[in-house]
Amino acid sequence: MATLKPAVSSKDHMEGNTQAPIELVEYGDYQCPHCGRAYPIIKNIQAALGDQLKFVFRNFPLAEIHPNATRAAIATEAAAAQGKFWPMHDYLFEHQQRLDDESLLRYASHLRLDAAKFRDDMENDALAQKVEDDFESGVRSGVNGTPSFFVNGQKYNGDWAEEPFLAYLKTHSK
Amino acid sequence: MPATSAPPRLPRRFLRDRADKYVNLNTTNTIIMIATGTKAPDFSLSATPDQKIELSQLKGKRVILAFYPADWSPVCSDQMGLYNEMLKIFHKENAEVIGISVDSKWCHLAFSQDRKLHFPLLADFEPKGAVARAYDVYDEQLGECKRALFVIDEEGIIRWNYLSPVGMNPGADGILDALEKMDKK
Repeated sequence: MATLKPAVSSKDHMEGNTQAPIELVEYGDYQCPHCGRAYPIIKNIQAALGDQLKFVFRNFPLAEIHPNATRAAIATEAAAAQGKFWPMHDYLFEHQQRLDDESLLRYASHLRLDAAKFRDDMENDALAQKVEDDFESGVRSGVNGTPSFFVNGQKYNGDWAEEPFLAYLKTHSK
Repeated sequence: MPATSAPPRLPRRFLRDRADKYVNLNTTNTIIMIATGTKAPDFSLSATPDQKIELSQLKGKRVILAFYPADWSPVCSDQMGLYNEMLKIFHKENAEVIGISVDSKWCHLAFSQDRKLHFPLLADFEPKGAVARAYDVYDEQLGECKRALFVIDEEGIIRWNYLSPVGMNPGADGILDALEKMDKK
């Protein structure tokens, strides 16, 4: 079974209880319609599992078929530099239809980010590298498409519709 | 146990660990693929309507051969799309990826253009499946290539092989592991 490489660390974007017994990692692409469908499912699962769950998101932009995916991913990293990774992550999945650069700047202003810093960070090679590193960690971990999920370090190949996915995750709760 | 009984079902991890011993099993049959450590059979196949690729021309590079059943099918499209996003990573390892199916060069051209693929797809079209047969990865019943991966070294020797269940996108972790192991030699 494919295993998450590298394991979750402080370099990751994490939501929920860091000590939770269930660790869910998603490799996703902001322009991917399947990831868009998964987004509200994950929100519901987070609400249902509460303190039992730690959720981590890693970038896996399929840039050839989704031309805005890499820039969108960099935008979330630029938002993270101002402490707003998750608000940007959510905003992009809620506005998947428009992810061009102009829209990304507009979203940054909606989220009250420092516009000049955001613009600079969008061109920051270190942030672009972070997105590439996420992608490479994904392929090394056995990601074969998006979204791909890992539960406590093991690739989940089952159905990610809310009901079966939640039922599966609950088997890891304590 | 009678000689006709089915082979034992083994966990997938075991199968992958055994991949370098050249015995591969899928869920129902025992299948022998061409062995690691042997010379990769050479071929010359159309990559585009006016260009052919010979394996022997690629000496000095590592080659990832990805046999797949059919252009346009959902799993093959995802698999080829994934490799297309990984070219930079493969190039860092001095490796070129090549897709092979029994589709014609014109079909490959349309599929490549539609999916914006930047690596060659070869047409194992006439005689149909001849190259897949040479690698022991031709499905006689379906008349298609099986979903099989080979990593070939700079000298043309097969270093890793893997047969995926036909409906499953094998991803690239096995390929990357194989390339990394070759780095250490």
